[in-house]
Amino acid sequence: MLSQHRRELWVGVAIVALFAALAIVRPEYFGRGNLIDLFLANVAVLIIAAGMTLVMLAGEIDISVGSAFAVCAVSAGALSKTGAPVLLVIAAVCVLGALLGALNGALVAYLRLPSIVVTLAMMIVLRDSLRWITQGAWVQDLPPDFQWLGLSQGTYPVAAGLIAVAIAAALAWGLRHTAAGRVCYATGSSRDAARLAGVNTSLVTLCAFASLGALTGLAAVLNAMRFNQIPANTGLGLELKVIAAVVVGGTAITGGRGTLAGTVLGVVLLGAIGPALTFLGVSAYWERAIQGAIILVAVAADALPRIRHTHAALREARA
Amino acid sequence: MSATPLLAANLITKSYAGVRALSNVSFDLHEGEVHALVGENGAGKSTLIKVMTGAVAADSGTLSVAGAPVAQMSPAASRALGIAAIYQQPALFPHLTVAENIAFALEPRAPWRQIDWRRRRRDARDLLARVGADIDADRLVETLSMPEQQLVEIAKAIGSNARVLIMDEPTASLSEREVQRLFEVVARLKSQKVGIIYISHRLEEILAIADRVTVLRDGSTVGTHAREGLHASTLINLMIGRELSAIFPKRAVALGAVALELRHLTCKAAGVRDASLVVRSGEIVGLAGLVGSGRTELAQAVFGLMPPDSGEVLVHGQPIAARSPAAAIDAGIGYLPEDRKQHGVVPEMAIEHNMSLANLAAVARRGLIDRAGERSQAERFVEQLRIKTASVASDVESLSGGNQQKVALARWLATSPKVLILDEPTQGVDVGSKSEIHALMQELAERGLAVLMISSELPEILGMSDRIAVMRAGTIAGVLSREEATQERVLAMALGH
Repeated sequence: MLSQHRRELWVGVAIVALFAALAIVRPEYFGRGNLIDLFLANVAVLIIAAGMTLVMLAGEIDISVGSAFAVCAVSAGALSKTGAPVLLVIAAVCVLGALLGALNGALVAYLRLPSIVVTLAMMIVLRDSLRWITQGAWVQDLPPDFQWLGLSQGTYPVAAGLIAVAIAAALAWGLRHTAAGRVCYATGSSRDAARLAGVNTSLVTLCAFASLGALTGLAAVLNAMRFNQIPANTGLGLELKVIAAVVVGGTAITGGRGTLAGTVLGVVLLGAIGPALTFLGVSAYWERAIQGAIILVAVAADALPRIRHTHAALREARA
Repeated sequence: MSATPLLAANLITKSYAGVRALSNVSFDLHEGEVHALVGENGAGKSTLIKVMTGAVAADSGTLSVAGAPVAQMSPAASRALGIAAIYQQPALFPHLTVAENIAFALEPRAPWRQIDWRRRRRDARDLLARVGADIDADRLVETLSMPEQQLVEIAKAIGSNARVLIMDEPTASLSEREVQRLFEVVARLKSQKVGIIYISHRLEEILAIADRVTVLRDGSTVGTHAREGLHASTLINLMIGRELSAIFPKRAVALGAVALELRHLTCKAAGVRDASLVVRSGEIVGLAGLVGSGRTELAQAVFGLMPPDSGEVLVHGQPIAARSPAAAIDAGIGYLPEDRKQHGVVPEMAIEHNMSLANLAAVARRGLIDRAGERSQAERFVEQLRIKTASVASDVESLSGGNQQKVALARWLATSPKVLILDEPTQGVDVGSKSEIHALMQELAERGLAVLMISSELPEILGMSDRIAVMRAGTIAGVLSREEATQERVLAMALGH
């Protein structure tokens, strides 16, 4: 059990160590205001990373989530200004996101195009179409019942937190306990073997992308509610944050291995470290570099036991 | 013919993971000679070639080139000594030109060296002329036909000053006329004093082209014979000539209704044409044939991996239109694939999860997996099939080959199939597991399953089958009953004699 979840354990240890250091040196890091800010800044990353975990477990990747996020956010703003009730806005944007994801998924699953190429193209197409349509203009004057989910600024974080936790818990449980979760792992682990066992691997791929799309839509709405305008360039670079968190959380880029708990821990570690640097007096310019270093350490830690294993097997074969 | 052989292998022995692939094999080749190497699937031909080209190291025995012993053979050393091999599938760079491909073997490769394109083209043209090939050196290799690519391979081999040319099944994908062209090239090379080791399943080719023939059987040399006075039937006898050593747990079972029927099944993509076959409940039908005769492809066409172009597959009289494995599984067919690690199991998944993968519906209700039920199913199979593992939660990759194969088999038993297709079920499996798998096959037949077993091992085919269907060139060449079948008859049918 422990050896299977070694990655989750180490990321957890890193988080505890970081928090312990902060508690001693800069206890003000744990001030209510800062924690809420930190949390709100990462809710979107968490929700999308949960969906990205599905796609990466199935052996694919989606780098268009940042652009899809922007399209969904702007659409949510535009729709709410027509006076649509907030729940309808949320539902509509989730469907929009799911359709965008399903388009990626269909191209990958049925035309067997590499997902990195398909979603790279989609990233550019969505981003630049949005730029052209909005002419760079921000969506402004959002109606008050859209902002903060129509709740108060104080209760919104609780609601967003409940939603994020519910999604993460549902997916974590689903991956372990449903047939859908099982075939997701099987497809990513060995597509051919899964197909020979009667798994409809194309459908699995399509559904993983569509789920990620829907979650991207949800994240976009929840994030848009925090401000009274939506910039047309929202979500720039979001895909990198999301993929980094999933990778640090231990999901194999080649698919088949990983857990949602790991992803949650990855989001927490990468999300907490940036502001922590500011509190510790390190220049904010180091944030990205340190996040990058964490990713390298995480993937190198993955490779080491495997290399040792291969060498041991080779020695055994020679003996 | 000079007295010192160009290449001599002396008392070569090689084992893979305790299984003896070659034992005390000796082989020599003279200048300007074609020396053919024949044997059944798994007789040790490939291993011998690998030893001679340095791809694998022999456990014992010596190699010498032109009389000089070679202490350690490696791929680089064998190239330097003038040994080159061409295989059934040309190993060229498809996106480079003919000249570039040839230059790769020809020119010393210092990365900063400037390329003399004119010389490169001229060299390529000269070499192509030497093998009598009329191919433009500037064409991309991917635009060449298979025989043209083979000629480029030969030109490349000669360009590296090969004195020994190993040709492994060079005619497998050639037409009759192309074979004649290839033979002309071989004759030309002979006159240039190149020694050729020629491997083929086509005995008539061997008899037409070889000066001497060495027969391998079960990793040992049966003998080396001059071509004069050799006949195909003599060769077949030499290739088999063994007693059935293993005891197979085959018992007669009362046969039931027809469970699987193929009617004129044709699948061009798979190279299967007009294959008809019947397997009854309780029956084990062995599917024999040489490597490349289309056995696996036939199984894949039945299982919906390569949907057939025409013809029918019927399970218990019902035509099934299996366009996908899922549809074939629904119709009651299970398929244990040949390549266990790639296709048979999901190596990174737990044993229990592998066993339920083909039939998640049995352990799940409305999409929710009953993990306790899944575990008890796995534990039942682990006990029934005597799978050696500490826990059903262990990853399949931690198991031995034989135990992995049992997990793959358990996956299909979990679907309660009516028809089970087993593709090389005991390949790469230790002796103990092998007889356990055989016993299990018999047990399944007694329970009324129809079993179609593909195997390259003739004793296994003869020992386990009620009837034997022999494939050749993508179709069923004939069917023999258990009583009529002998190794000679099966092999002769597979070879087309």
